[in-house]
Amino acid sequence: MAAALVYVEDPADELSQQAVVMAGALGDEVQAVAIDGAGGTAFAPAVLAQTLVELAAARGASAVVAPGSERGNEILARVAAKLDLPMAANCVSVTVGEPTTVTRVRWGGSLLEQAEVHGAPLLMTSAAHAVAAAPIAALETVPVTASTSELDRAVRVIEQIPTASAGVSLTDADVVVSGGRGVGSAEGFSIIEELAELLGGAVGCSRAVTSAGWRPHTDQVGQTGTKVSPEIYIACGISGATQHMAGCKGAKRLLAINPDGEASIFAGADYAVIGDLHEVVPAISAEIRKARAS
Amino acid sequence: MNILVCVKRVPLTGGRIVLTDDERAIQTRHLGFTVSPHEECGAEEAIRIVEAHGGSATVLTLGPPEAEEQLRDLMAIGADRGIHLVTDGSEWDPQATAAAIVAAVRSQAEPVDLILFGSESADAGNYQVAVRVAEALGLPAVTGVKAISLDADRVRCEQETSAGRDVYEVALPAVVSVKEGINLPRYPSVPGRMKAKRKPVHAAEPTRTDARLRMLRLALPPESGRQAEVLGRGPEAAPAVVEMLRDIGVM
Ligand SMILES: Cc1cc2nc3c(=O)[nH]c(=O)nc-3n(C[C@H](O)[C@H](O)[C@H](O)COP(=O)(O)OP(=O)(O)OC[C@H]3O[C@@H](n4cnc5c(N)ncnc54)[C@H](O)[C@@H]3O)c2cc1C
Ligand SMILES: Nc1ncnc2c1ncn2[C@@H]1O[C@H](COP(=O)(O)O)[C@@H](O)[C@H]1O
Repeated sequence: MAAALVYVEDPADELSQQAVVMAGALGDEVQAVAIDGAGGTAFAPAVLAQTLVELAAARGASAVVAPGSERGNEILARVAAKLDLPMAANCVSVTVGEPTTVTRVRWGGSLLEQAEVHGAPLLMTSAAHAVAAAPIAALETVPVTASTSELDRAVRVIEQIPTASAGVSLTDADVVVSGGRGVGSAEGFSIIEELAELLGGAVGCSRAVTSAGWRPHTDQVGQTGTKVSPEIYIACGISGATQHMAGCKGAKRLLAINPDGEASIFAGADYAVIGDLHEVVPAISAEIRKARAS
Repeated sequence: MNILVCVKRVPLTGGRIVLTDDERAIQTRHLGFTVSPHEECGAEEAIRIVEAHGGSATVLTLGPPEAEEQLRDLMAIGADRGIHLVTDGSEWDPQATAAAIVAAVRSQAEPVDLILFGSESADAGNYQVAVRVAEALGLPAVTGVKAISLDADRVRCEQETSAGRDVYEVALPAVVSVKEGINLPRYPSVPGRMKAKRKPVHAAEPTRTDARLRMLRLALPPESGRQAEVLGRGPEAAPAVVEMLRDIGVM
């Protein structure tokens, strides 16, 4: 029986675990491998890709699967480029056949695509949360291959700068209070910050806000910003464009505050307040203070 | 410094995506078009590098005749010229797209020092065209970059990770894919728009290879099934909001 090779970035990470689970659907023996980057080439992506290319050939792999993380996608793209084979990024399901078909996400998750993949071995990455994660039963660690070219080694990390941790991060926050164009100005965000602070949450925003220079891009939620998964996402003055929703649909609940009852944000919301955020948000903050004082 | 930036024309979908009857494209009759914010930032970065170090910034797109609009938009903020690989508007798979870009790069009279891409295209999100172009041209590639600085014949790139930032340094010529946040793109000025009309766009007909990642159809993901409960209108809704926050345990 042929082998489906799975590149494991980090065995403790759900994305890697999900890749192993998805490879199970291919019907071949799943071989989960981590690559030992010994040799001091911190994340030399082409070296990892070359290692996978050789491993796939040596084992006659029917498929090479990687997690749909930025890194997983990059490494598999490099494998695909080296082998001149097609690669399907961020798949949610796969059906083996002649040809194999996949369903993959587009537009940051706002759209699905069904596609045929013509070429073997099959190269694919698994989209986040497409399948449930499970601990990896058997993980093999292989060394990086010795036969890499100078070009393979050209890209490596020369320095790592740790983040100075400040407050609750957008990705981990239980509450995200997010402002859109309706906030009106950079100063307008003081009421958004106040509510976020009262709830121990983080401040987010839409792209209209970062484009206007009211908030830094690190606050942006959406397809080209951060993906958040709080207990509740409070969207103030945000219209609900698909590219924004791509970043907050992981929220357990969504409260939208907007005077336009027709705004599409309400279609994706659990709770709605129809009104002007400049009145509603301070009133909520005042009510929280009142509740806590009594 | 000769810099090439690759951008893709995509529809601006607004609040709801509607598919065409054959389910192979987005219904765009009432939509505007743009490029990915990642790619717009790539163009801005190229323009800034050229302003600081001299040279030229060229924007390239593979797309329908209408995609010239996106090239003109980027020339309006300062790109010097455009290359338009004209298609009939149907989707090209990433291998065919990369091959056409590689052929266009090879046909340039002057060598290209830096080729910029978006981290992923807005619509297809294949995460691979940049890496394929680099491999075919034998160039080093760094992806998902949030900061670029030039030092003589090398480029220093910073990439965000969960722990902080990884710094890479590669020799030019190189391929770099960038993400939104690397800069804040400028808006086009009226004179900028006027100038853009007179800047050169070289149109060419690219050769299409057979699609090996072949799109069959598109589908909308299942509805969230959320039904918004109206907690009230205006500031009078505040007590109901606080009650809800208490019920769900975030207070
Ligand atoms: C490829 C691509 C990627 C993108 N990525 C992102 C992304 O990552 N994140 C993102 O956010 N966007 C992204 N966008 C942009 C997106 O399409 C929208 O343009 C953007 O989300 C709109 O921001 P907004 O809702 O704040 O502004 P608008 O759409 O202008 O909406 C403003 C809202 O505020 C309401 N409002 C006005 N006054 C008040 C008031 N006083 N009180 C309460 N409400 C009020 C209005 O009714 C309206 O609904 C992307 C676009 C593209 C093409
Ligand atoms: N049709 C196209 N024309 C020009 N550049 C493109 C095209 N498609 C993709 N690209 C570039 O390749 C990057 C990655 O695309 P993708 O591999 O589809 O995610 C994009 O951000 C663009 O910079």
